Amino acid sequence: MIDNLEATVKSICQECGNDRGRMMDIVRAVQQQFACVPGEAMDIIAREVKTHRVEVAGVVSFYAFLSSRQKGKVIIRVCNDIIDMMNGADRVIAAFSEELGIAVGETTADGKITLETTPCIGMCDQAPAAMINDVIITYLSSDQAREIASKLKKDIEPQKLVQKLGDGNNAHELVQTVVHNNIRKKGPVVFAELPQGMALKRAVAMHPAEVIRDVKTARLRGRGGAGFPTGMKWEFTRGANGPERFVICNADEGEPGTFKDRVILTEYPDMLFEGMAIAGYAIGAETGILYLRAEYAYLRAFMEDVLQKRRDKNLLGNNICGKDGFNFDIRIQMGAGAYICGEETALISSCEGLRGDPKNRPPFPAQKGYKASPTTVNNVETFCCVARILDKGPGWFAEMGSTGSSGTKLLSISGDCKRPGVYEVPFGIKLREVLEMVGAKDAIAVQMGGPSGQMVGPTDYDRTICYDDLATGGSVMVFGPGRDVLEVADKFMDFFVEESCGYCTPCRVGNVLLQQGLQKVMVGKAEAADLDYLQELGETIKTTSRCGLGQTSANPVLSTLKNFRSVYESKLQTSTDGMKLSFDIKAAVSQAAGLAERDSVHF
Amino acid sequence: MSDKITFMIDGVEVQAQPGQTIMVAADAAGIYIPRLCAHKDLAPFGSCRVCTVLVNGRPQSACTQPAAEGIMVENNTKKMTKMRANLIEMLLVEGNHYCPYCEKSGNCELQALAYRFGVMVPKYPFMFPNRDVDASHPDILIDRNRCVLCARCVRASRDLDGKNVFQFVGRGPEKRVEVNANARLADTNADVTDKAVDICPVGALLRKRVGFEVPIGKRLYDSKPIGSDIEAQKGA
Repeated sequence: MIDNLEATVKSICQECGNDRGRMMDIVRAVQQQFACVPGEAMDIIAREVKTHRVEVAGVVSFYAFLSSRQKGKVIIRVCNDIIDMMNGADRVIAAFSEELGIAVGETTADGKITLETTPCIGMCDQAPAAMINDVIITYLSSDQAREIASKLKKDIEPQKLVQKLGDGNNAHELVQTVVHNNIRKKGPVVFAELPQGMALKRAVAMHPAEVIRDVKTARLRGRGGAGFPTGMKWEFTRGANGPERFVICNADEGEPGTFKDRVILTEYPDMLFEGMAIAGYAIGAETGILYLRAEYAYLRAFMEDVLQKRRDKNLLGNNICGKDGFNFDIRIQMGAGAYICGEETALISSCEGLRGDPKNRPPFPAQKGYKASPTTVNNVETFCCVARILDKGPGWFAEMGSTGSSGTKLLSISGDCKRPGVYEVPFGIKLREVLEMVGAKDAIAVQMGGPSGQMVGPTDYDRTICYDDLATGGSVMVFGPGRDVLEVADKFMDFFVEESCGYCTPCRVGNVLLQQGLQKVMVGKAEAADLDYLQELGETIKTTSRCGLGQTSANPVLSTLKNFRSVYESKLQTSTDGMKLSFDIKAAVSQAAGLAERDSVHF
Repeated sequence: MSDKITFMIDGVEVQAQPGQTIMVAADAAGIYIPRLCAHKDLAPFGSCRVCTVLVNGRPQSACTQPAAEGIMVENNTKKMTKMRANLIEMLLVEGNHYCPYCEKSGNCELQALAYRFGVMVPKYPFMFPNRDVDASHPDILIDRNRCVLCARCVRASRDLDGKNVFQFVGRGPEKRVEVNANARLADTNADVTDKAVDICPVGALLRKRVGFEVPIGKRLYDSKPIGSDIEAQKGA
């Protein structure tokens, strides 16, 4: 039993109003205090907030940043997504491991330091990167990893590891991080100055229905990836019955290779909050929630400060901008490491203090979302677009981009290119132009929209980036000559297997099987029929999965099968003895041979 | 009162009350939509996906999707049958299902679905997971080897028994049913009379000392395939 456990946990629960709905805040705080959420703490929490212990266990075991097992006071999480691995993350992990004398997943004998790997932390433009508790370290080398490990062993605080600060607000006294913005191309919508409060004042001068009309006229579609028309979503939410309404900002960008929201949160938080307040006015909400991914915890204090300054200027709070009865405020809800929570109904579950399981639809969030009330969930970039639409007018916005996709799009570009970073480009731009801009003319493959998107090759480079052709929530990963597309697909399947919530059969089981099948091809044990097997399995996962994650989780295999089929075919073999190549009889009888303490007579 | 909804399943006209799901309406019309996690006494959950149908061409789970006027539902088609068989096979290889000596054999819904869909040997490789058995309770056995994560026990204990004995922990392939105690079922308030105990579609949650009571030949699915009771409603 840990000293003071009962008193500390009780006081944490009390600070959260003994509210079961604030379970995420409670278990996060307990985790921070004790480097785990032990069973005794679960019992206390369950008692205090009047729920069941197994419910608390269900939540704690769901999120990667929570644990019932004791971890070190310092946790090193090295990002091991494909881009970081291409930039030497494996050497960094090896260096940490060697210097600390522990393997990945272990804690040093003195209980001080835990070493882990984690999927994309939103730093692919400055890879390899790692989180040390909430502190981000970028452009890591193995020498640096050793130096960091030796400092941590000497009890140096993680924040002291930050030496040279990044640009812009990364150097702000409330941020103090080495992270760089890497804004490579500014555009007129997001990466441009917005006079504070102006767009909001324009909005409150109109009727809420007129605000929605403007968003519709601008033909704004969601920037997170799914591309649902924002105005229509708001109209549904405004029209739904409920005692209260909610605006939620999805700042859980977890799609590997995307980091554009990180830059908005760092440099343009006012524009985001302005957009959220406009949404609140339009749909009739009094509460906004910013769901911030745990990986961006280093931005939290800064964001809270921005919110407070807006309250001070009457841009949040009661009777905003002098508009009688327009009350709206925003709170920040921290995530705890789960990609699935970027799915809007899973995000709502998480905000409610539950496991991050997606919900059944219908009802849709616009009808019954957070706390079963009408809720609109929009992406960070979408809210910024809203603020700009109110600032410059819907006509101005709609003129930009292509027919079905108005405005601009932020692209997070990483991988084998000369200038990784964030680019604001008009919709309708050709992929080839983008590749020239970033210095990646020799790319052999580009992953559009992250692992859940599609991988395309040179024959597709003249296609355009927009909702109706090459859609992307922002992630663009570039792969140069010499890269193995199957290895990339395999890495993406690792990600989906790890991040599946496990709720439905096809995503939970199918992806494990799909990855096994892919690996069979990679090691040269597959025959022609195995490609049909992969195709059918992939289609079953795509068709029968319950949510967007599952429905797109087979894409790494399905899209490479379609666009890089020759790579698969070049790995196929033909069995000469009638035995399946993947069947290793020696391995199959090895366990029995071990028990018998002699080798098989036949094999 | 409210008007009836009319829609089509595989070319057959079906009527539904407003608010009814496609599955409930289909059941009443004697059309069987295969399912595993759905249960008539429980709120829809939508996890097994075996009841996936195409609604105007879009995949939806029939147990959660409300019937709507004029929709075209594809249920018993070659494409959907293939996918359902794939889902059943996935569940069979995910756990350790030892049908020949399982007490639930003949009364098991997963086994019965496999027979109905002609699944003899799964084409997917077996995963042979290491899973826990909890035999601590005097009257109830949990064998996670046979669990299909359908949440029937979770829902029944919470919604019918008012107890919350079971809940899921972990995520992805690590997801499993856990009990509301430090470790063992014996330490919970679970009782053999709980509705949750008998609601398991497979042999993951069993009463002790009643195994193999019903002889082969007289078990639930020995003479008629699963779904026959619903199909018998046709024209009734």
